[in-house]
Amino acid sequence: MTSTSETSGSGRAVGADLERADARAKVAGQAPYAFEHPVENPCYAHAVLSSVPRGRITSVDTGAACREDGVITVLTYENAERLASTDDAELAILQEPEVAFHGQIVGAVIAETPEAARHAASLVRITYATEPHESELKPDENELYRPDSANGGADTDSMLGDLDAAMEAAAADPEAVALDETYVTAMTHCNPMEPHATIAVWQGDELTLYDSSQSVHGHRDTLAEVFGIDRGRVHMICPYVGGGFGSKGEPHAHAVLAALTARAVPGRPVKLALTRQQMFTLVGYRTPTYQRVRLAAGADGRLTGIGMDAVEQTSRIKEFAEQSANPTRTMYAAEHRRTTHRLAHLDVPVPSWMRAPGECPGMFGPEVAMDELAERLGMDPVELRIRNDAPVAPETGKPFSSRNLVACLNEGARRFGWHGRDPRPGVRRDGRWLVGTGVASSAYPVNRVPGSVAAVQYVGEGRYRVDIGAADLGTGAWTVLAQIAADRLDVPLDAVELRIGDTALPKATVAGGSSGTAMWGSAIVAAARTFRERHGNDPSPGDHAQAETPGNPHAERFAMHAFGAQFVEVRVDADTGEIRVPRLLGVFAAGRIINPRTARSQLVGGMTMGLSMALHEETVTDPRYGLLVNHDLANYHVTANADVRSIEAHWIDEDDPYVNPLGIKGIGEIGITGTAAAVVNAVRHATGVRVREVPVMLDKVLNGMS
Amino acid sequence: METEIKLRVDGQEREVTVDTRTTVLDALRERLGITSPKKGCDHGQCGSCTVLLDGRRATTCLALAVAHDGAEIVTAEGLGTDGELHPVQQAFVDHDALQCGYCTPGQVCSAVGVLREAAQGWPSVVTEVGAEGDIAPARLDHEEIAERMSGNLCRCGAYVNIVPAVAAAAEAEGAGR
Ligand code: FES
Ligand code: FES
Repeated sequence: MTSTSETSGSGRAVGADLERADARAKVAGQAPYAFEHPVENPCYAHAVLSSVPRGRITSVDTGAACREDGVITVLTYENAERLASTDDAELAILQEPEVAFHGQIVGAVIAETPEAARHAASLVRITYATEPHESELKPDENELYRPDSANGGADTDSMLGDLDAAMEAAAADPEAVALDETYVTAMTHCNPMEPHATIAVWQGDELTLYDSSQSVHGHRDTLAEVFGIDRGRVHMICPYVGGGFGSKGEPHAHAVLAALTARAVPGRPVKLALTRQQMFTLVGYRTPTYQRVRLAAGADGRLTGIGMDAVEQTSRIKEFAEQSANPTRTMYAAEHRRTTHRLAHLDVPVPSWMRAPGECPGMFGPEVAMDELAERLGMDPVELRIRNDAPVAPETGKPFSSRNLVACLNEGARRFGWHGRDPRPGVRRDGRWLVGTGVASSAYPVNRVPGSVAAVQYVGEGRYRVDIGAADLGTGAWTVLAQIAADRLDVPLDAVELRIGDTALPKATVAGGSSGTAMWGSAIVAAARTFRERHGNDPSPGDHAQAETPGNPHAERFAMHAFGAQFVEVRVDADTGEIRVPRLLGVFAAGRIINPRTARSQLVGGMTMGLSMALHEETVTDPRYGLLVNHDLANYHVTANADVRSIEAHWIDEDDPYVNPLGIKGIGEIGITGTAAAVVNAVRHATGVRVREVPVMLDKVLNGMS
Repeated sequence: METEIKLRVDGQEREVTVDTRTTVLDALRERLGITSPKKGCDHGQCGSCTVLLDGRRATTCLALAVAHDGAEIVTAEGLGTDGELHPVQQAFVDHDALQCGYCTPGQVCSAVGVLREAAQGWPSVVTEVGAEGDIAPARLDHEEIAERMSGNLCRCGAYVNIVPAVAAAAEAEGAGR
């Protein structure tokens, strides 16, 4: 059997517990983010957003705004230039009087100072003829449709065997269990700490952008198309990203607005930052989901049937079909299976990627259902999961390149002290607190995104420059890519000068789908090999080579996924329902870990966001006006420091020779999967209350307890 | 309306013309080009813009520049001395108490403020109050640090590393006193 695994260079850097390369710059605030690049004589743009959810602009009055001191001009659909491509309706701003959602860009003020731009934006008067709108996901009332496919090219539906028959058979058998419940996850927003911001400047027909982006090349290509210019004429620079979590993965309308406004002041840079409030309607979000989960199991706990029907929303102007039924296709063995995705077209902002799209919400309902099933069977929930581990990919029959879910469950149980757990709900009390524990599985696919190129150049005196237009969102790319390059060139780490985050560098694919380190790293491996083949170990200054991420010969033969297990202890105040999470422990099997320090931070970060999803995060829509009510960080709650006590991430050493030459599976997203289910399961164990929706707030627990 | 003010930022006297609507944060970032304080929300909700303002931690997005003529400001960039990181910053590096780094300068300034406040015996909401209403001197354990640092959001979820970093800096400082 051949494999793509190679000797890992000198092996000095990969796997080493090294300090984050950009840590020193960041603690001193010296790493420049998009809005911070020094530019000569900038002006400022501030966006004007629609105040109705659906309708048509009937009049625009920019008089007062234009009279403000320092205002250069005001753009609306009436005077903005026509874009070359309006195929993507999210990006086709200021082209037509139609309004498709509350909070859509309908204008912009350009002024000499941010204060003037912002104030003048509030003076722009726009009147609308409104039309009836529908802005709330209600599966029983919305008209649902079947998308052609789901995000990432996932199949819309899948059917094997006859789930209905399996459910009926289980219901008829007194020993068996048929479980049919609906679970709900809230609308949530990525909310990276760095707001989406762009500096744009046109010099003739050349556009330079400093943008906060998970993909400089991807965003450049899209913007070039929107403006109808050659992509070589668009230059995007982004060395540091203040968090993205998916919201900076696709270009959003503000980047188009920045470039549009910069057209009005040729040669002059325009700085445009979205406010935190504006981010809620303009940079994507996670759709709410309704998940009907069905499980049929015999008395031995073995699943005979498993089903997941996901209902979600998308915007009327652009489809995003979150692939929430996806993980059910991989997690557990069962003969009879069914998964579906149905969407409602609503008059709402355009949903998009949020950390582990599909996989994160899709690991909620089924993992709570497994807990309910364990309870009804009188079986330990760890044991139930182990018993249903899938020996091959359940839908395709392909072998897994590696699958260590069971090892994660066992190791997690051992570390957490799960064994001997009293399964009875609502019986452990410590003073005011009801105490419980819960578990859930985690999973994330190994995504392959072709097309990254890396270049290696010898600059002399033992130093090598490694170039790739990758992005570091806090993920550690600055650190781990240099580690990979050092080993593959067989040089010390400090001999590598890495450059990323610039379209002037070789093309890199998006920092998304937990694929960055694997894809970019594989390109670096290939470039280093080509370099040595061509120039040997004693190169001359200027010698260089470049190479692309190679295809994977094993891609069709194996199912490739990372797995994990998360264990949670919760304490619920018996009188107030306050929920605290003193312990959260995850064990993951995610291939080779390049840098344990940055990896642990990333996994813990995912789990922290999962905790946030479990307890806090919910964007609330007012269906009367089609607006998002709690659109700031005071009202949209994310986990704060005092919400967190102990969060531990561990991993199983996993040597997967098939995923890529580095054996990397990706760790950016798996940490957020399963967390919310584990918390909800622990809340049940603590209080006896079974909650089937997140976030779990006090009222949901208290209502059940009294 | 514009007006001229003086600020002392990271040890340097600066004169700057500000709009009366300009916040201290925008005066620093947009008018003086000092970008170590970050803008995360502009509404006092996230802590990214935290600096030491006349010795105390403050969210600069909520402070109007004209109201702080003559103020002494220390940002994360000015915390260290002679090219060395401040012990709190070094502890953040050592504990990998950051990922994207956007909240980090604010966290670091906030942590320096926390150490000062605790040294001065300021209580927090989780500080034990005795029967007589007496307040025990604040010992910076996990609960105290997490509480006192909760005005600084970190979306990357670095909290489990931030708390030990601040604890290590507190311990080092205590040892040095
Ligand atoms: S920017 Fe000042 S608190 Fe968020
Ligand atoms: S390090 Fe990214 S928000 Fe804190």
